[in-house]
Amino acid sequence: MGHNLDAHTFPELLGKRFNSKSIQGFSGLVIFLFIPLYSAAVLIGAARFLETTFPAYINFNVALLIYTLIICAYVLAGGLKGVMYTDALQGAIMFIGMTALLVFTYVKLGGVVVAHQALGSLTASVPPKLVEAGHMGWTSMPKFGSTLWWNLVSTIVMGVGIGVLTQPQLAVRFMTVKSNKEINRAVLVGGVFILFMTGVAFVVGALSNVYFVNNPAFGKVSLAVAGGNIDKIIPIFINSAMPTWFIYLFMLTLLSAAMSTTSSQFHALGTSIGRDVFEKVILGGKNVKYTVPITRVGIILGVIATVILGYKLPGSVIAIATAIFFGLCASTFLPSYIGALFWKGMTKAGVMASMFTGFFGTAFWLLFIHQKESEALGLCKFIFNKPTLAKFPWVVVDPIVIMLPVSLAVAFSVSLFTKKMNKEHVNACFKNI
Amino acid sequence: MLGIDDPKIWSAYVLCILSAIFCVIYGVVNWNKGDEVVRLEDKKWVEDEKKSEKGL
Repeated sequence: MGHNLDAHTFPELLGKRFNSKSIQGFSGLVIFLFIPLYSAAVLIGAARFLETTFPAYINFNVALLIYTLIICAYVLAGGLKGVMYTDALQGAIMFIGMTALLVFTYVKLGGVVVAHQALGSLTASVPPKLVEAGHMGWTSMPKFGSTLWWNLVSTIVMGVGIGVLTQPQLAVRFMTVKSNKEINRAVLVGGVFILFMTGVAFVVGALSNVYFVNNPAFGKVSLAVAGGNIDKIIPIFINSAMPTWFIYLFMLTLLSAAMSTTSSQFHALGTSIGRDVFEKVILGGKNVKYTVPITRVGIILGVIATVILGYKLPGSVIAIATAIFFGLCASTFLPSYIGALFWKGMTKAGVMASMFTGFFGTAFWLLFIHQKESEALGLCKFIFNKPTLAKFPWVVVDPIVIMLPVSLAVAFSVSLFTKKMNKEHVNACFKNI
Repeated sequence: MLGIDDPKIWSAYVLCILSAIFCVIYGVVNWNKGDEVVRLEDKKWVEDEKKSEKGL
């Protein structure tokens, strides 16, 4: 469909599929404004590791700047989307690094079963504050319906798990695929790769508790060792438990991950403002002379916004910032994206209604209901003099749980009662599909 | 199972691994399937993409 419509960005695919500059412009603007939140999360992760590895020489602020400079140099020298070979090399480094981390951790803790049993026996060491929030040990689900249960299920599992489907910098890659054969082959590589990236991080993060509690130098659970900042747990664990050569390998792993992710994020950000907002909406698609310069300015602004956010955001923010961006993308784009690809009856009005509902509904939920964000952002306190407008459990329910179904219902129902898309146009979109 | 008592946790652990294995089997079975003829639209798309990337 991307090739049928000659679409080169995610907003352009939606805009051309539904014949609407407003859809393309609005999508581009949302991506341009909010992707820095996610790229800041990536950068913070990398900088925390550097800060922990060289505490005598580099503090967090310097580390953030070093990573930004390295990534900027990479983006400038190597192009934005990255050549397929560099992507493959970065992926290979990440795979080796994460596999080694998993194997080392299990070997160090006495094997898979022994390590898990040791982690299960630490339930008594769970900090009282976490117990109060529903923590029932590191090998048990949190108490059903508790704050932690909602956080785990609605934010981490659903927010990130569903949100990943509509990541603009990832969706655009599907259009570069030559045929279904490549997608079939990618299932093999991707299925294993995802398990080794996210899966290893979740397993090792939890198991680090066993290492820290049993090591007399620490004698505390990971959260306490990291001084309450969960973003520091894995960096501290690797720096104290792993051999020196592995620390450097992991630094390379993180740099690879940061480079491949941020370069595609900055690419999505730049094209959103240059091609989708400026060229299509402001210049009406008639003049392409300014697209490249505006894209470049957009990227520079995006990098600056990312660095500022990197400095300003509080601790323990990586998972939250990621989940906010993923959730926002899911509620805003997923119904329209699914409709664009699989439902010929989806209308322009249905898409617009769904996008506005998803975006503004999620923004409202984050600003006034979901306490973690509403408290940090402060607008609710400023207007209503209280941190949130709702009560438990709503204050811990991630916006995706509410706004994605609402956005889906709006997309479907509005499409049923509004003017259908021109048949010829729809057939052209679905040509050879 | 695997030293984990809570079935919700060990089932998540096992299902993740089984899903990855399923992906491998799917990939192997369909390794050479799904070839598509390169159309005019595909060629034009690649050319346009190259042009806009070069500009950046």
